[in-house]
Amino acid sequence: MVSLDKAPLGVKVKVVDILGGKGIIQRLNELGIFPGTCVTVLQSGILRGPLLVSVGGRNVALSRGVAKKIIVEVYK
Amino acid sequence: MRIVLVGQPNSGKSTIFNQVAGYKAVTSNFPGTTVKYLKGKVNFVGEIFEIVDLPGTYSLTSLDLAELVSRNYLLKGEADVVINVVDASILSRSLELTIQLLEFGIPLVLCLNFMDEAARKGLNIDSSKLSSILGVPVVECIAVKGIGINKLFLTALKMGKVKKKGREILYSKDVEDVIEELETKVLTLSSKLKVPARFLAIKLLENDDEFISAVKDEELIAEVKILQDRLSKRHGKPSYLVISAERHASALNIFEEAVKVGVAKVLLRDKIDSLLMHKHLGYVFLFIFLYGFFNIVFTFGKYLEEPLISFFEDFLIPEVSFLPINTLFKQVLKGLLEGLAGGIGIVLPYLVPFLIGLAVVEDMGYLPRIAFLMDTFLHRVGLHGKSVVPLILGYGCNVPAIMSTRILESERDRFLTATLSTFIPCAARTTIIFGLVAFYIGPNAALLIYLLNILVVAALGKLLSKVTPEAIPIGMVMEVPPYQIPSIKVVLSKTWLRIKDFVVVAWPLLILGSIVLSLLEYYSLNNLLNLFVSPLTKVLDLPQPVGVTLIFGVLRKELALVMLMQALETTNVLTVMSKTQILTFTLFTLFYVPCIATIAALERELGIKKTFFVTILTLIVATFIAFTSKEIVTLLQIFS
Repeated sequence: MVSLDKAPLGVKVKVVDILGGKGIIQRLNELGIFPGTCVTVLQSGILRGPLLVSVGGRNVALSRGVAKKIIVEVYK
Repeated sequence: MRIVLVGQPNSGKSTIFNQVAGYKAVTSNFPGTTVKYLKGKVNFVGEIFEIVDLPGTYSLTSLDLAELVSRNYLLKGEADVVINVVDASILSRSLELTIQLLEFGIPLVLCLNFMDEAARKGLNIDSSKLSSILGVPVVECIAVKGIGINKLFLTALKMGKVKKKGREILYSKDVEDVIEELETKVLTLSSKLKVPARFLAIKLLENDDEFISAVKDEELIAEVKILQDRLSKRHGKPSYLVISAERHASALNIFEEAVKVGVAKVLLRDKIDSLLMHKHLGYVFLFIFLYGFFNIVFTFGKYLEEPLISFFEDFLIPEVSFLPINTLFKQVLKGLLEGLAGGIGIVLPYLVPFLIGLAVVEDMGYLPRIAFLMDTFLHRVGLHGKSVVPLILGYGCNVPAIMSTRILESERDRFLTATLSTFIPCAARTTIIFGLVAFYIGPNAALLIYLLNILVVAALGKLLSKVTPEAIPIGMVMEVPPYQIPSIKVVLSKTWLRIKDFVVVAWPLLILGSIVLSLLEYYSLNNLLNLFVSPLTKVLDLPQPVGVTLIFGVLRKELALVMLMQALETTNVLTVMSKTQILTFTLFTLFYVPCIATIAALERELGIKKTFFVTILTLIVATFIAFTSKEIVTLLQIFS
């Protein structure tokens, strides 16, 4: 298990847990990111920039700080 | 009858609103364009009703100010029927808001918008099945093309009359038991707050801050706590997560029952997107894009400005000189004509292509991409990518930019972003940059001004974020909607809406300002004002007569430009000002005190104290930048 910012690009990974407070968890929830969903990291910005993540057929930009709080499981 | 549009951000509520109420709401292809609610009276198929467009909200739990506006409006209970606008291409996620609206117990019509987009994704939605599951009418729409709008409102009118509520979506047995138990205990409170008991019970279990603080009864608070604990013990997570997980599951079940998922088409735009969002190439495209945008606007503007200006010079101004010299009437007429000419000849040529370009960019959906690319840099100056939306809106006009800071979660981010937005050269200041620097010095010099501006904004951001206490940063979580081909009609309507603001508000002000200046000149009062500003003009090495234009520029930034020509009694500024002075003047007007409308917007969003601070800050920054640039240009003898 790794945090989302360490997940490989273009590979479907499964969200296992989201660390952090109620605010961030709810916001991610509303965009369809919660334990059990699958997400794919499409792009990773330079200079520790944000990640572009595909979830439920829609793209979402997440800053790296947020991505660090999302724990995912990578299937080999 | 009052019909209220509710939906998640970027689901097309404002587009639907504009379809029936006329183009009043600015729409764009990024989340959070509408931050306050808009009302319109509509006469539709012989019925008169009111339609309200609420800001997008992901759920009925409010995280930012725009969402709070929507929720509070619904809680007031003034809606007869709600149209829940849903992006059909992300139906599963969107249904979570629908479920909450059903819990809220209000007559509902579900509008499946973006049906074309859903089809492209291979979603085959059985809307009659969806309708029977939810117990509400479902209407399919493609709002941008006006498809389904008539049927939508006919259905809504009917629902508003019969006031039939939809079905309640039940939770799992054990959660449902807890909800029902709490429901019986909140009956008094629910009738006091005028919300359904079941809705209230669920919100309390979700530990919703506002509803929790509405509970004054200690005993009830204790009971809520016990029930929350029961849920979280049984499911091994906080009670709010239990409820939201249940909602996800319900939404997914409904989706699976009503939708057949086929094969999505691989689209060209996805391939384009992977280039435009690429971690290196993205920046190259961004630069090319900005450079191209800037040059196209300038070329168009220049092409229009030159013949218009010479038209006024050749025809109108000489006519006036036939009148007897120095009568009051002549002075007033001269001011009137100069104000008129300034509006048509100098401002509109740049304003129109700029606003059309901006509308196209907004509707294409490139802005959230820029936000993505710029996030890392904004982080370095203490902000995050979402702040880019207000900052970019600022290039159109600072007022909506400041208002859109409501999409930011923390007060600190709102303050920083609103402050920085006032430094962004709006359309009015763009006309000054184009009309003076690009026109007299060259387009590349103008481009440099924009770059300098960005650097100054970044430096200020860094400085301000150091001195403002750091809130707990939520960080950027922002939807990036797919590209859309802008509709010509929407682009033109939007441009017209914005130009109308110039024609109706700014232009009369320009003409009035010019007349006032003429009168001041007639009674030789302008010298008094110039004397008042002379310490400043002296420091900046500007001709003393420009002093008065700087005072009037606070009303509307374009006034500074139009009056400059008038105060210097020429339409060729270069005859009385050196290139250095033109640059100094432009830089000063770019940065100094925002216009009155912007100050008013700042006051509304930040309060009087912070607005005062921002105003003083702009004055200091403007003087510093203008002075430094003057010194550097003179020292290096750039223009000689």
